[in-house]
Amino acid sequence: MSIETIPAALDTIVGEVVKMKAQEARFLTMTAVSLDEKTTELLYTFDQDLVMTHYRLTVPKDTHVPSISPVYFAAFLVENEICDQFGVVFDGLVLDFGGKLYLDEEAQRTPFCKFAVTRKEKA
Amino acid sequence: MAKMTANILRNFFAKRATRLYPIEVRPPFENSRGELYNDIDQCIFCGACALKCPSQCITVDKDQATWFCDPLACVYCGVCVEACPVHCLHQKTTYRPVCVTRETIFQKGVLKEKPKKKAKVVAEG
Amino acid sequence: MAKMTLPFGPQHPVLPEPIHLSLTVEDEIVTQAIPALGYVHRGLEKLVDIRDFNQMVQIVERVCGICSKIHAMCYVQGLEELMKVDVPPRAKYLRVMWSELHRIHSHLLWLGLFADAFGMESLFMQCWRIREKIMDINEATTGARVIVSVNVVGGLRCDVDDTQTRWILSELDEVEREVRRLESTFVNDYTIKKRTCGIGVLSAEKALELGAAGPTLRGSGVAQDMRQLKYAAFDSIDFEPVTALDGDSYSRMKVRYYETLQSIDLVRQAIAKMPDGDIAVKVKGRPEGEILSRVEQPRGELFYYIKGNGTKYLDRVRIRTPTFANIPPLAAMLPGIELADVPIVVLSIDPCISCTER
Repeated sequence: MSIETIPAALDTIVGEVVKMKAQEARFLTMTAVSLDEKTTELLYTFDQDLVMTHYRLTVPKDTHVPSISPVYFAAFLVENEICDQFGVVFDGLVLDFGGKLYLDEEAQRTPFCKFAVTRKEKA
Repeated sequence: MAKMTANILRNFFAKRATRLYPIEVRPPFENSRGELYNDIDQCIFCGACALKCPSQCITVDKDQATWFCDPLACVYCGVCVEACPVHCLHQKTTYRPVCVTRETIFQKGVLKEKPKKKAKVVAEG
Repeated sequence: MAKMTLPFGPQHPVLPEPIHLSLTVEDEIVTQAIPALGYVHRGLEKLVDIRDFNQMVQIVERVCGICSKIHAMCYVQGLEELMKVDVPPRAKYLRVMWSELHRIHSHLLWLGLFADAFGMESLFMQCWRIREKIMDINEATTGARVIVSVNVVGGLRCDVDDTQTRWILSELDEVEREVRRLESTFVNDYTIKKRTCGIGVLSAEKALELGAAGPTLRGSGVAQDMRQLKYAAFDSIDFEPVTALDGDSYSRMKVRYYETLQSIDLVRQAIAKMPDGDIAVKVKGRPEGEILSRVEQPRGELFYYIKGNGTKYLDRVRIRTPTFANIPPLAAMLPGIELADVPIVVLSIDPCISCTER
């Protein structure tokens, strides 16, 4: 059994989210799942009159994902959390904690990946 | 003002809202989940409790016939009590008393096949 | 006046739990608030790797120290849907009963803390004294005061008998009488109105846009409550969400106060309509696939994402707690208010930081 989702791609996701905002949907949350060694799955969940809509985005581990926090301010917290736990880097975060929302300064690895990736040094 | 007087009078004659705790203790409820203990003489060392425990605070050694529990890790959920096939695990209705040293429960029983009975040992430390 | 940055928390008299807000103030007026988390992060979601799905029930209960029953209910409801388990009707009504009891004691706890925040010590003690009756009901019926641990996948672990329900109802009558005695103070008191009316205003559009949940959302006039999803036995219980229109701290307090009274009524309805029968069914098999589960917690909407892979260990459990959703609205509410009102506004979203960080 799996939930009904709308597939999205890296270059279309922000556009889809803008559409959801135009429909006055409420942003619920994002969920990251570590699929295998190379890919992470992101689920964007919206709610409109108690009905949920999901967008599913599968990304390779080392790609950057465009942030939706400029559209929905509420997304900044969950995007920072995913950055902490799964090492997914979001571009254009409104409030960027730089992967240090929960983690210590010294933390090197992202704890929630089944196959941990080592955090790269910032350029 | 009139309202306040009524309040004052009510509080003046009402019994106090709190108990004088160490002197007066509320009797525990019948099915409160308190301190966990093992009736070691009946234990068959099957290890069901150790397997089911969400905090994994119980260790059972089948060969040595020992039952070990770390009460500080125990969450008193009572899952082990329900899982026990011979009902030798019990929970008291009261909580564990305060202690100044880290206490663990280590019990040694006998395996059911063996004829002679060893003494029950409870070690602290 | 020069700009100044003031730290608020993580240790602050008004906060029961640690959250840090970095406030930029100009002349006592807050211009920017940046939240920082991470003081009580425990990584409970990660425990799915080493604890099986039955043991996780006790673990998700420990996400929150106030509404443990509701966390466990959300989790087991998700798993039951995933594994296609039909829970006996009596268990559903009992789940409603206990979850509403949790809501009552959580709201009374919050009302007390809120009273303490604007300096009404006595009101704080009154709320907590009333709350103690609910804690006694919890302990007598389930065996523990807060972390009741009654849910299992497939039903419940303990039942209540007729003597107990009669006792619960008589205790609830007393609780209701005492809560109603506080109504004139909470709703009409001059000091409380002065401290809370018009403070931390969140409009309905803004609340929806920022993803607010629970009383924070309903305090802005949006009648959205997850109990409208008719989970557990809510399909046969009369229920209307409580709302207030102004969107300020006073509205949010009013919503919580009237929800306390409403929950007392819901417990009564659940007890009155409760059928006889079993309280649990045996569950076979292992969860496979993914599911979303939502319930209404005292603080708002709780969201669980569960993904199983056919083994006894789940792939992923994601918990989105209501305070997590309410922090962005809080960051948006704070700019423009006076520094002295910050504690009131922070408390008005009923922050539960252990929930947020898990």
